[in-house]
Amino acid sequence: MARSNRPTPEINAGSMADIAFLLLIFFLVTTTMDVDTGIARKLPPTAEEQEPEDMQGNARNIYEVYVNKKDKLLVEENEMKIEALREGARNFINNNGKDPSLSDSPEKAIISLVNSRGTSYEMYIAVQNELTAAYNELRNEAAINKYNQNYTELPKDKQKEIRKMYPMKISEAPPGEF
Amino acid sequence: MSKFKKNKKSGTPPISTASLPDIVFMLLFFFMVTTVMRETEMLVDNTLPQATEVKKLERKSLVSYIYIGAPRGLNRKNQFGTKAKIQLNDSYSNVSDIQAFIAAERESRAEEEIPLLTTSIKADVDVKMGIISDIKEELRKAQAYKINYSTRKEIK
Repeated sequence: MARSNRPTPEINAGSMADIAFLLLIFFLVTTTMDVDTGIARKLPPTAEEQEPEDMQGNARNIYEVYVNKKDKLLVEENEMKIEALREGARNFINNNGKDPSLSDSPEKAIISLVNSRGTSYEMYIAVQNELTAAYNELRNEAAINKYNQNYTELPKDKQKEIRKMYPMKISEAPPGEF
Repeated sequence: MSKFKKNKKSGTPPISTASLPDIVFMLLFFFMVTTVMRETEMLVDNTLPQATEVKKLERKSLVSYIYIGAPRGLNRKNQFGTKAKIQLNDSYSNVSDIQAFIAAERESRAEEEIPLLTTSIKADVDVKMGIISDIKEELRKAQAYKINYSTRKEIK
């Protein structure tokens, strides 16, 4: 038949781009490229398993931070603004026995954080953030002093060494009503 | 002289668009591969607090999420009230359900991955600490010690 001799016409690929664009726009719109970020913490084991010596120690080695239900801070029995907490915590951790009311050494320093059940989560995170920042700053300074490099750029084993110099000890008591 | 003379036409030649589909397809594949569709519907308000000292949560397959916030949308607020609620997977839950939730999460993972499991607490800024403390207490009982307070990175 004459039909079989006829060459098949070429498919017009001109609209391919349009189809691809349509799909592209769909995926562009649905994509969420959020990387999850947050403040990492490790919870202590439950009371039965906990060794009692944890909280023992000189009162000077404990930095008491209270956050009440009105989101007010009480640090070492003085009212404090959140902006001053980082500096306060840094002074406490890095005291090395100079000031008799502050810590003996960074290894012994414990920050005790107590919040009320009515404290807002926003405030709690702000406090945690400032305390973490204090440690991060101190670690970074130690890294620069020792290795002339930022803490985050150091290899794993050296980071560990610096972490040992400034161990993050934040102890959280059960919340109270205040 | 005439040897070098080209029969040039005036005006710029049209740019070939033949490779346009290829470029578009390349972009398309990139977005197709990177897209993660949301697997849970949000039943609670979830405006995360801001923080500067954040760490990236790595290995998303090892993270279980706990959402806390007031019921989302007016309808749900009328139905369930405006008090903060916990969302696990696709439904509202109580604090007492958390241990079972963690157990189920562990069940679905390989045994060697269990110690690496992290619980991400995604709480709304308006949530009070009372409920968070209860959740933390339950997590301790379930021995899920690795937690992460989910925050947005503060832009300075």
